[in-house]
Amino acid sequence: MAVLLEMRGISKTFPGVRALDNVTLEVREGEIHALVGENGAGKSTLMKVLSGVYPHGSYEGQILFAGQEARFRGIHDSEAAGIVIIHQELALVPLLSIAENIFLGNERARGGVIDWRETNRRTAELLAKVGLRESPTTPVIDLGVGKQQLVEIAKALSKNVRLLILDEPTAALQENDSQKLLDLLLELKGQGVTSIIISHKLNEVRRVADRVTVIRDGATVSTLDARQGEVSEDRIVRDMVGRDMAHRYPERARNPGEVLMEVRGWSARHPEHLDRDFLRNINFSVRKGEIVGIAGLMGSGRTELAMSIFGRSWGRDIRGQVRIGGRDVDVSTVPKALEAGLAYVTEDRKALGLILDEPIVRNISLANLRGVSKGGVLDEAAEQKVASRFRKAMNIRTPNVFQRVVNLSGGNQQKVLLSKLLFTEPKVLILDEPTRGIDVGAKFEIYGIMNQLAAEGRGS
Amino acid sequence: MADVNDGARLGPGERGVGGTREGEGSPRGGLSYLSENLREYGMLLALIAIVVFFVAVVRAQIGVDFLNPQNITNLFLQNSYVIIMALGMLLVIVAGHIDLSVGSVAAFTGAVAAVLTVNLDWPVYAVIPAGLVVGGLIGAAQGYWIAYWRIPSFIVTLAGMLVFRGLTLWLLGGQNIGPFEKSFQALSTGFVPDLLAGAVPDIESLQRQPNWTALVVAIVAALVVVVLGLRARSRNIAHGMAAEPSGIFWIRNVIIAAALVFVGWKLAGFRGIPYVAVWMAVLTILYVFVTESTTLGRRVYAIGGNLKAARLSGINADRLTFFTFVNMGVLAALAGMVVTARLNSATPKAGVGFELDVIAAVFIGGASMTGGSGRIIGAIVGAFIMGVMNNGMSILGIGIDYQQVIKGLVLLAAVIFDVYNKSK
Repeated sequence: MAVLLEMRGISKTFPGVRALDNVTLEVREGEIHALVGENGAGKSTLMKVLSGVYPHGSYEGQILFAGQEARFRGIHDSEAAGIVIIHQELALVPLLSIAENIFLGNERARGGVIDWRETNRRTAELLAKVGLRESPTTPVIDLGVGKQQLVEIAKALSKNVRLLILDEPTAALQENDSQKLLDLLLELKGQGVTSIIISHKLNEVRRVADRVTVIRDGATVSTLDARQGEVSEDRIVRDMVGRDMAHRYPERARNPGEVLMEVRGWSARHPEHLDRDFLRNINFSVRKGEIVGIAGLMGSGRTELAMSIFGRSWGRDIRGQVRIGGRDVDVSTVPKALEAGLAYVTEDRKALGLILDEPIVRNISLANLRGVSKGGVLDEAAEQKVASRFRKAMNIRTPNVFQRVVNLSGGNQQKVLLSKLLFTEPKVLILDEPTRGIDVGAKFEIYGIMNQLAAEGRGS
Repeated sequence: MADVNDGARLGPGERGVGGTREGEGSPRGGLSYLSENLREYGMLLALIAIVVFFVAVVRAQIGVDFLNPQNITNLFLQNSYVIIMALGMLLVIVAGHIDLSVGSVAAFTGAVAAVLTVNLDWPVYAVIPAGLVVGGLIGAAQGYWIAYWRIPSFIVTLAGMLVFRGLTLWLLGGQNIGPFEKSFQALSTGFVPDLLAGAVPDIESLQRQPNWTALVVAIVAALVVVVLGLRARSRNIAHGMAAEPSGIFWIRNVIIAAALVFVGWKLAGFRGIPYVAVWMAVLTILYVFVTESTTLGRRVYAIGGNLKAARLSGINADRLTFFTFVNMGVLAALAGMVVTARLNSATPKAGVGFELDVIAAVFIGGASMTGGSGRIIGAIVGAFIMGVMNNGMSILGIGIDYQQVIKGLVLLAAVIFDVYNKSK
């Protein structure tokens, strides 16, 4: 097969960091190429170089696309050449319709007047192609994340895409929707669309990818050919982390103690659909030193349950009893819930967990400022000591605690978030998807931390 | 989606070394540090540049010293209201809100104070607290809707701007109320007596003798600034925070200290330190302390930085928002009374456009429009930039028309500079 894209000797330096170091990437016409690597390995940076977010001249090396040297000065150039990136954070306008979103900036119009008939007809075609059965006029806000993802792909197809890049496309999807998306990728491949998929989910990589390029510490480690049977999950993991990982999950000794927390008859209504209970009479208990999993499909109410217990942060008309350590506790506000020894680690660390523009030290102390102050006056030395302690204990990989959180990788951000809530010294920690969107190595570490917490006698 | 992680590439052995890469003794020169932290210094440099510009132009055009003692005193008196209100506005903006009503509130509380003083003969020590309470109540009334009903602050305070302008007109009946007795005027036009002058000499020698108190206070203030700076610096280095290169630290501190001593020396040659300057200094120190060293201040930054995350961290965002507006109301009342005392009459037109000066000062000083960042010192520097320009252009006889155009462009330029700097 002909080579569609060749990136040769790409290096990119940021102040203080060499993010990419002589990376090579070769993608053949009509294949699905997986790009894997730990968080911070440089995948996203490489894709930003490719799409012109970092314009030609700001990096070293050469990009050949369809046989010609590409010198993109911006996304506009790369899209004109037929390279489309679908980012992890979807870039749709929620209140506009599917059709309006698909042709946003590329409107079917004559003399500035939109041709709605043509727009809707083309949209219907594209939606059929991606297997989405929705009216072109449906507002995007009414679609689930999985369907929004399909709209993004339809939008890419509308631009006569030659190379489709998907950055963590299934990170926010349920198993079911993920499978559909992967099927669609295979189908598009059948129609000749070349794609690059960035993913942490190695089973998915194995399922769809023809070839796999592994990046570690800003350098290409290997390119494996799936059709020649070179690709096993262990092999990928080994290349990603640079060592064998005998166990994907750390060992743990289980010895739960007496019941620590009990939730009885927990019910709540949806804030927008008040007519019925969204959470109905839920009961569960957590023992000391135990990790209890709350499983369920997306939309089944896991996050809602956790947030409604944690200071009524979700829902209306909340009823039910929470007992911790054998006593009824008041968890009606977040401060009271924290006081009662409950802590909630959100699944959405960027929107609900962290203050991205603030440094690590200020994020870690935020939920327990009383612990680093006296009479309302902050003791910055104590605050920094606490943050440094957590940085070491959690293995947050930064030179110091003054780095702004926005610059950290997902795994490190998650550890900062976890530190923040651990500093409230909870008896029971509720972790909502604690390993979403982070790499294998960091996942292992997070699981290890959870086990350690359980061993210390907390519930999770 | 920042995949670029400074620390990700450190080996295990390098962890915990903490910041020596960027700390003291770094090979990187002061210039590169300066350019990376341009925002921090840019406004201070801009203020210095503007002052130097006016000194040169005023001397060339009119042949007088722009920084003569009387004019320095005027700079304090004329800008006191902007600075006092900028302290509160910074908190409001950091919390992610805006307050458009402060000009009207200042006018209204000034009018209330005038009515109490002139029509009802209240003594000054009762009028000032009463005025502050009125301001606090107004702030509470507006903050209630903003914090607990989640009505956008833009709307609530736009309404407040109209309501309190109207109430000012109603209260004053369209008339000016004044003049006031000396004790109320002293709020803005009084001077700290020279405590170091020894026995009270006759009037003539009093005028010739410099006001030693002003000079001593300025020197002490300069020393305190340098000592506090050194302490913060050594603490930062101890904790591995990227510290200012020592060259820049000393240049910056010598400039600030020299400016303080210079102002003190000039004031000593006139009538000493105006009371207003004392108010401003005390309030500034208080608000720097509150914003940077208390849990209260930290929480205000948190709700502006990420409201939802702050709520899930157990921070009572509603109460804090309410507090920032009460605080703003109290400061607007103080500013209103200072202005009224300075004009020696309460007028229906007082405080028109103040809100714009104050908001502009805060944004010139580097606060973010979306909340969560901004510093008191920045807002003060922003207020002085606006104030020096107002004063300098008036001395040069530039018409009010051009003055507004220039001030508008300066505000725009400062924010463009800010945004450009961030995107770099």
